[in-house]
Amino acid sequence: MRIILHIWRQANPEARGRMVRYEVPNVNEHMSFLEMLDVLNEDLIARGEDPVAFDHDCREGICGMCGCMVNGVAHGPLPGTTLCQLHMRHFKDGDELYLEPWRARAFPVVKDLIVDRSAFDRLIAAGGFISASTGSAPDGNAILVPKTDADRAMDAAACIGCGACVAMCPNASASLFMGAKLSHLGLLPQGQPERERRALAMVAQAKAEMFGSCTNIGECEAVCPKDIRLEVIARMNRDFFAAAWNGRAALRDDAAEVGQQPLAGVRR
Amino acid sequence: MELDSKAPGGPIETRWDRHRFNLKLVNPANKRKHTIIVVGTGLAGGSAAATLAELGYNVLSFCFQDSPRRAHSIAAQGGINAAKNYHNDGDSVYRLFYDTVKGGDFRARESNVYRLAQISLNIIDQCVAQGVPFAREYSGYLDNRSFGGAQVSRTFYARGQTGQQLLLGAYQALERQIGAGQVKMFPRTEMLDLIVIDGRARGIVTRDLITGKVASYLADAVVLGTGGYGNVYYLSTNAKGSNATAIWRAHKRGALFANPCYTQIHPTCIPVSGDYQSKLTLMSESLRNDGRVWVPLKAGDKRAPNQIPENERDYYLERRYPSFGNLVPRDVASRNAKFVCDEGRGVGETGLAVYLDFRDAIARLGRRVIQERYGNLFDMYERITGEDPYQVPMRIYPAIHYTMGGLWVDYNLMSTIPGLYVIGEANFSDHGANRLGASALMQGLADGYFVLPNTINDYLASQKLEKVDTGHAAVREAESNVTCVTRRLLEIKGTRSVDSFHRELGKLMWDYCGMSRTAEGLKYALGRIPELREQFWREVRVLGSGEELNQSLEKAGRVADFFELSELMCLDALERNESCGGHFREEYQTPDGEALRNDNDYAYVAAWGFRGVGNRPELYKEPLNFEYVHPAQRSYK
Repeated sequence: MRIILHIWRQANPEARGRMVRYEVPNVNEHMSFLEMLDVLNEDLIARGEDPVAFDHDCREGICGMCGCMVNGVAHGPLPGTTLCQLHMRHFKDGDELYLEPWRARAFPVVKDLIVDRSAFDRLIAAGGFISASTGSAPDGNAILVPKTDADRAMDAAACIGCGACVAMCPNASASLFMGAKLSHLGLLPQGQPERERRALAMVAQAKAEMFGSCTNIGECEAVCPKDIRLEVIARMNRDFFAAAWNGRAALRDDAAEVGQQPLAGVRR
Repeated sequence: MELDSKAPGGPIETRWDRHRFNLKLVNPANKRKHTIIVVGTGLAGGSAAATLAELGYNVLSFCFQDSPRRAHSIAAQGGINAAKNYHNDGDSVYRLFYDTVKGGDFRARESNVYRLAQISLNIIDQCVAQGVPFAREYSGYLDNRSFGGAQVSRTFYARGQTGQQLLLGAYQALERQIGAGQVKMFPRTEMLDLIVIDGRARGIVTRDLITGKVASYLADAVVLGTGGYGNVYYLSTNAKGSNATAIWRAHKRGALFANPCYTQIHPTCIPVSGDYQSKLTLMSESLRNDGRVWVPLKAGDKRAPNQIPENERDYYLERRYPSFGNLVPRDVASRNAKFVCDEGRGVGETGLAVYLDFRDAIARLGRRVIQERYGNLFDMYERITGEDPYQVPMRIYPAIHYTMGGLWVDYNLMSTIPGLYVIGEANFSDHGANRLGASALMQGLADGYFVLPNTINDYLASQKLEKVDTGHAAVREAESNVTCVTRRLLEIKGTRSVDSFHRELGKLMWDYCGMSRTAEGLKYALGRIPELREQFWREVRVLGSGEELNQSLEKAGRVADFFELSELMCLDALERNESCGGHFREEYQTPDGEALRNDNDYAYVAAWGFRGVGNRPELYKEPLNFEYVHPAQRSYK
């Protein structure tokens, strides 16, 4: 089949971008979406044109590196599927597809469809962890975790950090991403001691990164390739308010500090 | 050069403890005076960087992806082994050690494997403490499942995403140290050379993948946790970016490369569907618990699978291996799939696939049970192939999955270049000629959390390291080497894309240095690879410049290294005149087609020294002695 692509081309963060039209004449229905882009790029190279830059790595839906907007929908039309796992049999001959990078103030465009998602790393660095230095752990079975809690923690932990939620959100909010991490760690007994500090620190960092706030629209849930539920945002809000209401000045100061200063080790 | 493994002697149970006690320590106040470079942020590199920072060292961490969380460890599905014996089913450290040595077809170092089995216990504890959501029983205790090559349940898992969850644990520990300022993180930065000063590894040269800027970073020691080299074959289950450049360029600076021919081929992958194929997707080995593998009895039978009656099907694994059946180890299952396809009995459009059929299991257990057990895998299969495996059998074929070979390291995980440590899949250490399922995660984390952070102190405490700066002649030389290669690639302005060369090399390697190998085929490949390599350097087309984000340029550098490495793999495979584990030489097999080892002549680690591109490398041998597990023919009949 023949697919017509309109792709956002932007040489570097400072350059002015524009949509460019391409045709891919011989698309096989068993190709993945990214394989179709490979075919386009081989063709562009043969013609001496700069190939389209796009992020990708594992191509099996787990690394979270790939993704772009396809006709305005993050990762394209198939629910619960990353772009690399989307196959061309879901399209038909003559389809016109508009490919754009994730759009969010916190995710500046690097080149073409590639954006800088390092803000996500800084959210985790602000508090998305359990402080358990190597060697200090008790026996694995010394910490009992009810199966339902472990399962729900796993549901939230399935987040691959692709950024589709932010790209799809009209507010460019990172709430689904943060909620997923806060729920994963907050549902486990190991995560309790730092639970409030974690919520305050991550929320403050999100503000510093210029992510928007959540207004319960739900676009994030609709495009999440790992089916992370809105429920995690409710958990985040509850943890945040609990921490704030508890009025622990020290915690708030910590969080404010994290939010205002660029974290050490952060480059871009 | 004598290869000194530094493996301690005496009773195996106390070797690691005694060795650790004899290692020198660096006092806490002095740790902050040292800087350590860690390249790669997978299970090995990520856990090492985090742990070294916790100890107080200054760490510089590098990865080529946009975030340390993307490393390909994330794609591991099945689980992680540990000899906890939580199920009282007869497991022990000694049994895990025994299974691993045997599974590796008696080509691993006993001391290392025993240490790995011991440390497996600490890994689970550490990961639980970090919040890895391992599967639980209703009681709240940790759940386990069984895996190939073992008769006990010792595999811990987090759904089908164990690698992801373990990696996120290490990543979060790393981010915590980044936030604390103890680790400086360099994402989208690729290591392109190793800086060796006065015979010691002192730094790396990198290229910033966004700006193209070449820079040098200096340290007191360099750690490579950069993964395996399965992408030599172009099609593999590795991520597209996985590459051998870091270890290969360290090899060219003097680090020996051990057992390059030991590659693992995973039997249950989704087959190739066309020549646009960019990678292969693994379907968990656990499917073989209920699926039955078969091909038509007659060659060229093109009927749909459901129209082939029972008596015209050949369940070849059950027929040849009645006691293990569909659950034979990976290398055996893969080879047999190849044999039946070579006979013309393969299925699907390409004839390069076999059926994995759940019809009988669905009839016996009902669709619901199968859905509970494998629902996510069935969905993934359907997403990729467009076929419903509840209705028609899956088509599967083996694919390159893991490389047991890697840079040679001693018991301290130090390479033959002092100060250069190599951890995880990047080294050759613990799996011998074949890795057991759920052992890669174990080794990566053992090296990164527990082994390296102990052994590296000894080096740092016993060396008098001169202060060096980036003006040093060796730094300049390495930088100009990197710049030259980049310029050379851009100046060729040929006619063929990097990918087209990579595909051609991969096909050649798969055909002649893949699942089964012959002296004749390997000699052919050894003649063909240099021709292809020269053609690459004449005809490759890399557009754009070096001063920008240029994905073709990144690939070109990696493929250039694959060309050199593939030659070494073929040479190693040709020199090893025996079959063992993942290395199957057709000339060396038992009358019924099983791998035939030669312990008299080949019970050694083959470590190769670089002598220049196109020159024959120098072979050094580290003899393997088996004091505890006595080599025997593996039998799964």
